[in-house]
Amino acid sequence: MPPFADINGQRPFGRTADAQPDRVTMRLLVIEDDRDAADYLVKAFREVGHVADAAVDGDDGLAMALGGQYDVLIVDRMLPKRDGLSLIGALRAKGMETPALILSALGQVDDRVKGLRAGGDDYLPKPYSFSELLARVEVLARRRVGRSEETVLRVGDLELDRLSHQVHRGEEEITLQPREFRLLEYLMQHAGQVVTRTMLLENVWDYHFDPQTNVIDVHISRLRSKIDKGFSQPLLHTIRGAGYMVRDGAR
Amino acid sequence: MTALGKLFRTTTFKLTLVYLTVFALFAAFLLAYFALNTRRLITEQITDTVNAEITGLSEQYRIGGIRRLVLVVDARARRPGSSLYLVTTFAGESLAGNVTSLPPGTLDNAGWTETGYRRLDEAEAGGDHPEHHALARVFQLPGGFRLLVGRDLDERERLYNIVLSAGRWSIAIVIVLGLAGGLFVTRRVLRRVDAMTETTRTIMQGDLGGRLPVAGTGDELDRLGENLNLMLERIEALMRGLKEVSDNIAHDLKTPLTRLRNRAEEALRSAKSEAEYRTALDATIEESDGLIRTFNALLMIARAESGQARENMSEFDVAEIAHDVGELYEPLAEEKGITLKVEADAPAPVKGNRELISQALANLVDNSIKYAQPGDANNGEPAQIVVRALSEGDRILLTVADSGPGIPEADRSRVVERFVRLEKSRSQPGLGLGLSLASAVARLHGGELTLADNQPGLKSVIALPRGGPVQIAG
Repeated sequence: MPPFADINGQRPFGRTADAQPDRVTMRLLVIEDDRDAADYLVKAFREVGHVADAAVDGDDGLAMALGGQYDVLIVDRMLPKRDGLSLIGALRAKGMETPALILSALGQVDDRVKGLRAGGDDYLPKPYSFSELLARVEVLARRRVGRSEETVLRVGDLELDRLSHQVHRGEEEITLQPREFRLLEYLMQHAGQVVTRTMLLENVWDYHFDPQTNVIDVHISRLRSKIDKGFSQPLLHTIRGAGYMVRDGAR
Repeated sequence: MTALGKLFRTTTFKLTLVYLTVFALFAAFLLAYFALNTRRLITEQITDTVNAEITGLSEQYRIGGIRRLVLVVDARARRPGSSLYLVTTFAGESLAGNVTSLPPGTLDNAGWTETGYRRLDEAEAGGDHPEHHALARVFQLPGGFRLLVGRDLDERERLYNIVLSAGRWSIAIVIVLGLAGGLFVTRRVLRRVDAMTETTRTIMQGDLGGRLPVAGTGDELDRLGENLNLMLERIEALMRGLKEVSDNIAHDLKTPLTRLRNRAEEALRSAKSEAEYRTALDATIEESDGLIRTFNALLMIARAESGQARENMSEFDVAEIAHDVGELYEPLAEEKGITLKVEADAPAPVKGNRELISQALANLVDNSIKYAQPGDANNGEPAQIVVRALSEGDRILLTVADSGPGIPEADRSRVVERFVRLEKSRSQPGLGLGLSLASAVARLHGGELTLADNQPGLKSVIALPRGGPVQIAG
């Protein structure tokens, strides 16, 4: 164990665990009127190896998003000249399907629903941790080439059949509860990517509140004991300060 | 504004004036009617008397001609009384009677006439006697003789005047007494209203403890005062609550903020290696995450309390929520050696905000897990938490029962308030907001959160109004 235990999982930059995500360089556009926040994000994205630009108002942001070949847009909800939702609306009206993540100080469920309805692909309330933002952006960037259509997901010798609801590791059949199955399915869909606790809570349980205690960790450790116990090569990794990742470490 | 001006401008005084005017007009009308009728009645009586007299005289005339008539008239005229007689020749010479000084021409027209006259006896006695008035009937007899029979009207006029002056006086008295009474009542009312105004002024100046005076007579001013006092009490309680909340917020946000600052300061002062800086920074981030969480919970409660979340309501089955939340927390409970059971077999339909109700239930379960004492408190029996969803009449009850230490009855209503954590539990992690949020969510849906004794342990119940039928999937 490193000298400081991972308690809350909210820590920027701090990815020093053994498992590293499969990182492909992304082109990102940060549209945020708070220059400090924009600079911080651009710097942080560059540090982890992505290419990031910043725009400080809605009009500039729209022009850059329309002109540039970005993989993901990070859009502040409240912007001068043109607010974030109308920016995304204008983009979608022009046929641009670039995934957009909305950042907002309005963190309530209703605002989230509004943001997603306006054409946003994900929604993150402020204040956020960079690791959370990074994980979500990476998931968005790879969604188009994602594996959501595959009927059998494979990571190493772990195999999950989405039709028959069967899970095998090597020759051994693993029995999972329905929720455990969905948890593993989500993790395997995003194999090689960091998945945060909040993302799991939102996508596997459909809850958008903070359950105070880290209930997700306990579910993960149960799942881990079923799929990794007794195997020399662990597949379900804890990414300290960020979340979890399923990855074939032997590759 | 002078005191008198103030008095005249009061509603009570204006009402008194209106009432007084109406009453005086009515009294005047009544008296006038009475006076006129009395006068008419007296006139009728006089006419009757005169007619009877004439009947008698005409009988005498028929028997004895003019000579007998003169004799009879002469005899009757000498009797005292208010009957008047006069017999004259065609030239106007008086033959018999007690009347003189008739206006000229009075005797020329036969029939009823009202006329001035003087009494013969008074005229003979000399002196300045006033002219009298009479109602009289004149006859023209054969040979140019004229007969006048009448009656003095003084009595009628006197009575009429008495009634009129009585009327004037009584109206004057009504007005004077009415005004005096009005002023008296107005001043009394004004004094009480002034006292109320005075109190409200001190209350407006910030003394919320002030109360309006209540005379105890149960009249409308008392009722008004009592209701205003109740309102003041409610406002004072709300203000007190607000102050407590802001004090608590100050405390619960300042404490972690201070810790945050201290850690950063200490790291700057004494950290030497990179690892030490890292540890300090990690702790700082963790602390700020806690702050954000507190802040979010506060916002959530404020939102639920202000009713904003009402737009996002749908029909759903809380039994499903009980299972979902139970499933979410079951591994955590098991890890702490607690059995978590869900008993929710029958559908329990509710119309509400699914997310908020889930969170409220999650908070209750989280609380129970936090405070449950595995094993020891229950004579070695394993600790247990039971989540139930059941319908009872027109309500849906969502209960979480644990076997933990429970909450003393005296503290139960208090812990629902924001930030209240009982002293005993200060050492436990938690925000003290879980129960407040659950309570706010219950109220948002028109329900309530109650805490009861589970003997042993705590039983938290969220009661919600029952919704329409729910289609159960699958």
